[in-house]
Amino acid sequence: MLNVTDIHVYYGAIHALKGISFHVEEGEIVSLIGANGAGKTTSMQTISGLLRARTGDIVFRGGSIAKTEPHKIVRMGLAQVPEGRRVFSTMTVQENLEMGAYIRSGKQAAGMGEDLEMVYTRFPRLKERRRQVAGTLSGGEQQMLAIGRALMSRPAMLLLDEPSMGLSPILVQEIFDCIREVNKSGTTILLVEQNAKMALSLSHRAYVLETGHVVLEGPAAELLENDQVRTAYLGA
Amino acid sequence: MDFFTQILNGLGLGSIYALVALGYSMVYGIVQLINFAHGDIIMVGGYMVYFTMVRLHQPVWAAIPVALLVCALAGVLIEKLAYHRLLTKGAPRISLLITAIGVSLFLQNAFMMLFQSDPKSMPVMFMNGMIGSADGIQVNSATLLNIAVSVAMMICLQLLVNKTKIGKAMQATSEDAGAAKLMGINTNFVIAVTFAVGSALAAVGALLYCNTYSQISPTMGNLFGLKAFVAAVLGGIGNIPGAMLGGYLLGLAESLTKAYVSSTLTDAVVFGILIVVLLVKPTGILGKNRKEKV
Repeated sequence: MLNVTDIHVYYGAIHALKGISFHVEEGEIVSLIGANGAGKTTSMQTISGLLRARTGDIVFRGGSIAKTEPHKIVRMGLAQVPEGRRVFSTMTVQENLEMGAYIRSGKQAAGMGEDLEMVYTRFPRLKERRRQVAGTLSGGEQQMLAIGRALMSRPAMLLLDEPSMGLSPILVQEIFDCIREVNKSGTTILLVEQNAKMALSLSHRAYVLETGHVVLEGPAAELLENDQVRTAYLGA
Repeated sequence: MDFFTQILNGLGLGSIYALVALGYSMVYGIVQLINFAHGDIIMVGGYMVYFTMVRLHQPVWAAIPVALLVCALAGVLIEKLAYHRLLTKGAPRISLLITAIGVSLFLQNAFMMLFQSDPKSMPVMFMNGMIGSADGIQVNSATLLNIAVSVAMMICLQLLVNKTKIGKAMQATSEDAGAAKLMGINTNFVIAVTFAVGSALAAVGALLYCNTYSQISPTMGNLFGLKAFVAAVLGGIGNIPGAMLGGYLLGLAESLTKAYVSSTLTDAVVFGILIVVLLVKPTGILGKNRKEKV
């Protein structure tokens, strides 16, 4: 479904991604794990079009999106929950969700009520707070809102960048349960996480990134048992 | 009752500041750029009215759409030609500011070439005459028109920003352009619309200015634009109701200074207000501290 081939990304003179390749098949949950500065978020932003790869290609559902503008990529069915949630803090919860459905207009917009209900059923706490301004929500609620907002575009594939960041273990569990459910309902997932243990236990496959390279890849269950991964990322 | 007249005069003048201040504020809210060429847009609007009415001998009703459309188009073109690459390449703020001043000089000199540098008298446009009442209040009808139009524009703008899809997209882009793109919002289009709407509001300001002062010159946007910028800062730049409030307050300050202190001191008072605001509350009256994005 998504094929990333040998992408090189630079921030000015800094060579952030040095030829990364990976792929995600329909229905999978795939994780990119690695330390700070490994290139995880850069990979996500490049897929969504916020950053540009100098060389290499990104193919989504059979077509190259390496030079497609970000707002068009969303319309192709690829949504991202960005690092740090980035909800619109001055808008209400419901307005944020409506922004998530921005790409839909005319006939498609008719289904928005249903989708709102779907998000509210998944996250009842958002329903309670739907008239509240998003900036006043707790970190966990903002994360739920960011995920709900991305789901409002009815994506075929969802990119999640550090959804566990700054959350308590219980909330992390809740968010991960939700990711699993979203996947079960048919959405392909690409997940970026520093919390390698959680990510690997959820994913089908994973890639380990180090300073702009993929250093390891394989089924998540195997990586959980891999000595190199255990010492470097699982603290074992 | 003279005091009441002065208040009305202040609001009338402040209405025009407010309309121009809205453009500064909207553009700043979206791209964090102080568009110093914005003041010259009212000059462009003024000359469009002059051109349509005096050179082409058309009625005022024809001048209105010409001024609005040309100004909106000029705003969009300025963004596309002068600022766009700097904004997308993440150029330093100072480069943008210098570019804006360059655009301002370009517009002034271009209009000097097109229409000569001498001031032009404007024909009668809407209504401009004294209305008196029994208890001694004397007010110019243009003043009342200014106030009514600015309030109407403000209401339209609020509806646009809060009730329409493009308005919501503007709010989202203003808060976090990256996140807005991830929602499928074409932020380049949103930026263009913002420049167009801001410039069209300046054109409305230009129409009122021409009606009130009946004279234009290629450099009229200099001081007037700067004062409208002060109004935007006073109200809280990036904030739409703030720009309106700042405009009215500045008009009042100018009018009251002229009436009760000294007419030579008005500009000193206006820029004194800017200094005080920057010292005491740099975010302006209605401005909020922008939280650092994590």
